Amino acid sequence: MKVWLPRDAAARALGADDVAGTLLTQARARGIDLTLIRNGSRGMIWLEPLLEIETPEGRIGFGPVTPADVAAILDTPEAHPKALGLVEALPWMARQTRLTFARCGVIDPLSLADYEAHGGLSGLRRALEMDAAGIVAEVTESGLRGRGGAGFPTGIKWDTVRKAQADRKYIVCNADEGDSGTFADRMIMEGDPFTLIEGMIIAGLGVGATKGFVYLRSEYPDAIEVMNAAVTIARDAGLLGASVLGTGPAFDMEIRVGAGAYVCGEETSLLNSLEGKRGVVRAKPPLPALQGFMGQPTVVNNVISLATVPVIFEKGAGFYRDFGLGRSRGTIPLQIAGNVQKGGLFETAFGLTLGEIVDDIAGGTRTGRPVKAVQVGGPLGAYFPRSKLDTPFGYEEFDGQGGLIGHAGVVVFDESADMLGMARFAFEFCAVESCGKCTPCRIGAVRGVETVDRIARGDADAIPLLTDLCETMKDGSLCALGGFTPYPVMSALTHFPDDFATTRKAAE
Amino acid sequence: MPDIHSRRPSPEEVRSRTREILAAHAHLEGPLLPILHAMQESFGFVPQDCVQPIAEGLNIGRAEVHGVITFYHDFREAPAGRHVVKICRAEACQAQGGNALADDTLARLGLEWHGTTANGAVTIEPVYCLGLCACGPAAMVDGKVMGRVDAARMDAILAEAGA
Ligand SMILES: Cc1cc2nc3c(=O)[nH]c(=O)nc-3n(C[C@H](O)[C@H](O)[C@H](O)COP(=O)(O)O)c2cc1C
Ligand code: SF4
Ligand code: FES
Ligand code: FES
Repeated sequence: MKVWLPRDAAARALGADDVAGTLLTQARARGIDLTLIRNGSRGMIWLEPLLEIETPEGRIGFGPVTPADVAAILDTPEAHPKALGLVEALPWMARQTRLTFARCGVIDPLSLADYEAHGGLSGLRRALEMDAAGIVAEVTESGLRGRGGAGFPTGIKWDTVRKAQADRKYIVCNADEGDSGTFADRMIMEGDPFTLIEGMIIAGLGVGATKGFVYLRSEYPDAIEVMNAAVTIARDAGLLGASVLGTGPAFDMEIRVGAGAYVCGEETSLLNSLEGKRGVVRAKPPLPALQGFMGQPTVVNNVISLATVPVIFEKGAGFYRDFGLGRSRGTIPLQIAGNVQKGGLFETAFGLTLGEIVDDIAGGTRTGRPVKAVQVGGPLGAYFPRSKLDTPFGYEEFDGQGGLIGHAGVVVFDESADMLGMARFAFEFCAVESCGKCTPCRIGAVRGVETVDRIARGDADAIPLLTDLCETMKDGSLCALGGFTPYPVMSALTHFPDDFATTRKAAE
Repeated sequence: MPDIHSRRPSPEEVRSRTREILAAHAHLEGPLLPILHAMQESFGFVPQDCVQPIAEGLNIGRAEVHGVITFYHDFREAPAGRHVVKICRAEACQAQGGNALADDTLARLGLEWHGTTANGAVTIEPVYCLGLCACGPAAMVDGKVMGRVDAARMDAILAEAGA
């Protein structure tokens, strides 16, 4: 009997390891010859731990499984109340366009053979037959934009590094994923690590870099473990090393662990951290593409940007580009989180409205109470009220509504949310995480907390101070931590004025 | 390794371990963070006595090493409690009742964030997102992830940790 149970951190956080232990003992007790594969997560977090059993018709699922369910599932699978039927046919799966996440949850994450059997390495093999300019042109042609937040065209960044003259160039993968509500990087690293490795190798071929780093946050112990194991396997298989697959140039990589600083997701702060310095943001120029790690030309890309490169080469730039909306091409792995019925990862072409995502795909709130606010794009993203849920998911479309899609985290709040409290938290977070370089960010964030507290005490005069402070932070901050903290604050104030007024009225 | 984490190592111990760690990381480009992680892994914190040898080994100033240690939230300058419970404070967990969980836990133990119980059993720390945002409130107990942590689950965690 062949079964799959995720080793993904979310599945483990919901008890997957206990289920795995029970599976093994119960199978032994029944004389069942059990092959247990610890796969990645399919992304249906509300069903984790999701157990899958191989049948002639396909893989059938059970979830969320507890150790107490295991015996009955092994005895009479189809009759079990937690039987879900064919996993691929579940609406959540069937409605997606899984390109970047095609293999995640399907394969054994650390089996290179499984990886190749599901299309892995075919993109790299194609890239090995192209010249550097051709590789970069393919990425440009695909329309891929950075998935880390800023949405910068990946091909243009690569071309700058390709054209730079230097003895050494680097590929740095930004796996700092600090935004609340996001876990796509974590899921792909735990569920399909070779995709990221393949993407980084193709990037190396495209720009002439021979060394790659993954800067992986310390909050992700499972991803660190899987990525380290995958790099060792890739090296032993000749995928990494002196000659990529025995025919290409050299490329090797290392996994480096962050140390709990949100600002180190900002690319120049990340580079300082990788060099062993304080993670202080560097002024640009010089661009990291020209003077990055150790002063050398460096590609800094998000995990999902790099992990999407293999499928672009496997299926062709045009195939990828044909999905999407406006200038947002291809697919986006939405991460649906917070107070929702169905939370998890849903990869789809750009263009769904926020309302479709929240009401339809996520099924509304878990508490069953009305949706009050949706924060998109992490702690620096705006809060959307219900009236703006018709905004289509795309870079320009969100920008036009005073928001940002960032790393595509969607966090849902029900009507119990206190938006003044959320504004206060945005400042508090900025104060804790500021790198300290600019006064408006370092001091402004602390002043922001005090100002919100004045409003909470009923001091209406503090509201214009809050607005002024946000203007100062926007204009006078070097990076988006100080510069964008005003987005969650001002959107809370603008769209939910009642939360800023009740206490004042009560005091009057 | 709970015993090594519960006492302060001697300066000689720190120096000899620092030499080993420096040697093991000598080949890396930008080795300071991996070195500091290894120090903390060995002792449960980054002892003051390692600053001088690391500075010498990497040919940088003591102030620079110290500046790096203090910049990052992960590095401790003193030992924590025998168990470390990190509770996610970020937005997605707040949307799922994270504030109440955190407030109740701190109140129950009579601690502020970063505080350690009087018996040295548990340190409570904030963390800003564990990537478990679809199954919050999330926590991490001695490096192990936990999802949908409610009051009962937190009680069990604290009881097991001896708080
Ligand atoms: C405060 C701050 C935090 C950031 N955190 C991340 C992060 O965790 N992951 C990430 O990929 N990009 C993050 N970014 C964006 C990076 O600076 C950079 O734009 C990105 O890594 C480039 O990769 P991409 O073009 O593939 O998106 C952050 C930016 C700022 C200002
Ligand atoms: S805005 Fe804040 S985090 Fe960004 S560089 Fe300035 S002080 Fe550092
Ligand atoms: S360094 Fe002082 S304001 Fe930027
Ligand atoms: S916000 Fe708590 S785990 Fe992400």
